[in-house]
Amino acid sequence: MKQLFTRYTIAAIMLFLAACSKDIEETNLLTPSLNPTTTDANAGSWKPILLASANEVSVPAPIAKTAPDYTAQINEIKGWQKNISEDDRKLVKYWNGGAILRWNEIMRELVAKYNLPPVQNENGTYPLPNASNPLAYPFFPFSNPPYAARAYAYVSAAQYDALIAAHHYKNLYKREAPYFADQNINALVNKSTLYSYPSEDAVVIGASVELLKLLFPGEQNFIQQKAEEHRRARFIAGANVRDEIEAGEALGRAVALKYVQRARTDRTGAAAGITNGVDLWKEFEQAAIQKGESPWISQEMPKRPPMLPYFGRVKPFLFDSLTVVTKIRPVAPPSTKSEAFKKELDEVLYYSKNANRERIRMVHVWGDGVGTYTPPGHWNAIAAEHMIPLKLSEVRWARNLALLNMSLMDAAIVCWDAKFTYYNPRPSQVNPEIKTLTGLPNFPSYVSGHSTFSGAASTILGHLIPEKASLFTEMALEASFSRLYGAIHYRSDCEVGLEMGKKVGSYAIQRAQNDGAN
Amino acid sequence: MFLHIKQAYLCKYPAFKRKFNLIIYLFIGSTLPLSAQTDIDAIMMGKNLFCTGIMYSGSNWNEYWEGSLKRENFNLGTVSTQMAGPMGNLGVSSRLNVIFNLPYVSTKASAGQLKGFKGMQDLSLWLKWKPVKKQIGKGTLSLFTIGGYSTPSSDYVADYLPLSIGLRSRNISLRGMADYQVGVWTATVSGTYVHRSNIEIDRTSYYTTEMHYSNEVFMPDAAQFNLRMGYRGKEWLVEAVADNWTTLGGFDITRNNMPFPSNKMNMTKIGISMKYEPAYVKGLTFIGGANTTVAGRNVGKSAGIQAGLFYIFNLSGKKSEKTKNN
Repeated sequence: MKQLFTRYTIAAIMLFLAACSKDIEETNLLTPSLNPTTTDANAGSWKPILLASANEVSVPAPIAKTAPDYTAQINEIKGWQKNISEDDRKLVKYWNGGAILRWNEIMRELVAKYNLPPVQNENGTYPLPNASNPLAYPFFPFSNPPYAARAYAYVSAAQYDALIAAHHYKNLYKREAPYFADQNINALVNKSTLYSYPSEDAVVIGASVELLKLLFPGEQNFIQQKAEEHRRARFIAGANVRDEIEAGEALGRAVALKYVQRARTDRTGAAAGITNGVDLWKEFEQAAIQKGESPWISQEMPKRPPMLPYFGRVKPFLFDSLTVVTKIRPVAPPSTKSEAFKKELDEVLYYSKNANRERIRMVHVWGDGVGTYTPPGHWNAIAAEHMIPLKLSEVRWARNLALLNMSLMDAAIVCWDAKFTYYNPRPSQVNPEIKTLTGLPNFPSYVSGHSTFSGAASTILGHLIPEKASLFTEMALEASFSRLYGAIHYRSDCEVGLEMGKKVGSYAIQRAQNDGAN
Repeated sequence: MFLHIKQAYLCKYPAFKRKFNLIIYLFIGSTLPLSAQTDIDAIMMGKNLFCTGIMYSGSNWNEYWEGSLKRENFNLGTVSTQMAGPMGNLGVSSRLNVIFNLPYVSTKASAGQLKGFKGMQDLSLWLKWKPVKKQIGKGTLSLFTIGGYSTPSSDYVADYLPLSIGLRSRNISLRGMADYQVGVWTATVSGTYVHRSNIEIDRTSYYTTEMHYSNEVFMPDAAQFNLRMGYRGKEWLVEAVADNWTTLGGFDITRNNMPFPSNKMNMTKIGISMKYEPAYVKGLTFIGGANTTVAGRNVGKSAGIQAGLFYIFNLSGKKSEKTKNN
């Protein structure tokens, strides 16, 4: 009886403590171990993006299972598995969520950390982040939405190509996984019938590390630490021996170098529009004035040059630069002198003055402003959330995110093309009575970036996960109109942006229908 | 703090002819507690007396601390906060008082485009208990224990700093306080531990010093120290006040980032607090005060004023001059 009482008391105290616990449940840590319904073993025949073919990069044949060195590698795993600490188990559980998912999360984290506009100099000018000196303020990069969209796209596309190549060599060399090769190895992952040389986790590590070196050069120690944890998780889990990891990383790095080469020549370097202190971007202002329109003017104090004015000329993934101009560029927005414009302006003023809690919720949920992973990152998070229950293979995860992120990058390109072609003012510039419910972005209004991103993302995601298509469409609509409710965009910015995004998404669908993955 | 650490303060007043009227007032956050107050001062309402009225406070800043770096932000200009609302203090007995406060808050930035917010902030309740009152030497020593609870009274937004009207955490606070009075001269010292609940924001992820995939934000607890000394006469009360709020955890605002509710917000304020109970209208009390921030971290360098008007009702039906003292 007394014992029972003690037990109840302890239980009650535990319950009380649990209720008081201020620990936060991080939803990404709830991800179950990857357990694909199909392995997509034939993915070696899918169509890569930049690689000419799955075997463009060569991978040497692995040593035989009978070789003494293989036995040594098996013994290495046994050594890892002898004393598995609680931390090691956590590590394995974390990485079992999936290589593509975890590196996507790492990227989102880096974007959020670096998404901060530099503070002005004493003399009222703004310093430009410098890739060759990333750790000195202003830190490189300023991972604003276009920069972030491009970063997600390059890493995702490289991961996808690397995995296609890995699948090709897996089927060529047919090395079975360590937990099948040796009965005494415990599989702390869901066993996969995929051949394990080269390791699919390792190609993701190799591709990601190599590209993040370029994209977030100040974060090498953080990235290498993540890579090291990922490798260790694979050993401890009995999922790969060392040469499978090494061959995979080498393959991933080699594939990534093709992307690095592309990135260096995709015209992003010129996107800031400032060369040797000369503001080239003023040409957009001049063009607007010549057309008799009111040009956009920075409302920051001191005035900040617009964000990446030449990003519209960056080389897209899903179509060529001519298509941006001839097929996707929208018609001009209503002239600031027109009645139609006045009507739209009044609508913005209405939402500025009549905010309610539900609209504020939308504005904040979709704000994705300074210090966040940006709208493209948000759509990655949404995609991940809805892909987890589908139990996809790594390579299909990679394919879906590559399609999504190429859409998002190309959405940034077409959106920025429109913004700087028309260079029209924000609502609060025309009517100072308009106060905003979220940070005012420092670039022209037409069309809305959130809308273009969301139109593109919801379109390709609706194709990839048809049962959720209407949900994605609703989300895109909410994201888009949250910018009107936040009083930073006109209705036409949102509507036209959504349409342009959908067009971009339809190019991604075309690709998806012909990449051999269906 | 950045705007407000919601904390309400109540005050009361000594009164006439050997008796003290009490008044309560309180105020919040950035206009921290520098007037005579009830949850943080040594004055108790007598039994069956209910002191209530309106408290107003206003504060503003045009410099703030980004971590430990003091800076300006031309896209905010001067950020101002105004609060007004009812406060009340009920004397259950001369040793046990119940205090409440419910402010309406509005915020505004003089520059930039961001819209200010306004709305009902947090309802605060305190139980103030004076178990010890003892003659020591030439003066009287009183010891107090004060327990407080506060909770948002509306669905206002916390994640919009520096223009949100509050931080939304539900707070449980425990304060120990000692007061020593010799004639009309007094000194009061108190220390408070504030347990703050986590809060929920609209976003589904946010970055602190790392990425979080949750709409729940961990709110570190906080500690407060308060020292007040001065004159406690029949019609006038005048005190100099020093107050320190320290967040026990949290993180610094990164360079040129926006503030976040779980930042490490610290501040030290000094100020003056006054109360006037005119002899010609029994039960009526005016309150005034001013303060300024002398040190801080992740908060605005604010300066503020307070003003209040209170009246004491005698719930036992007797006349208000029966109000009791400390």
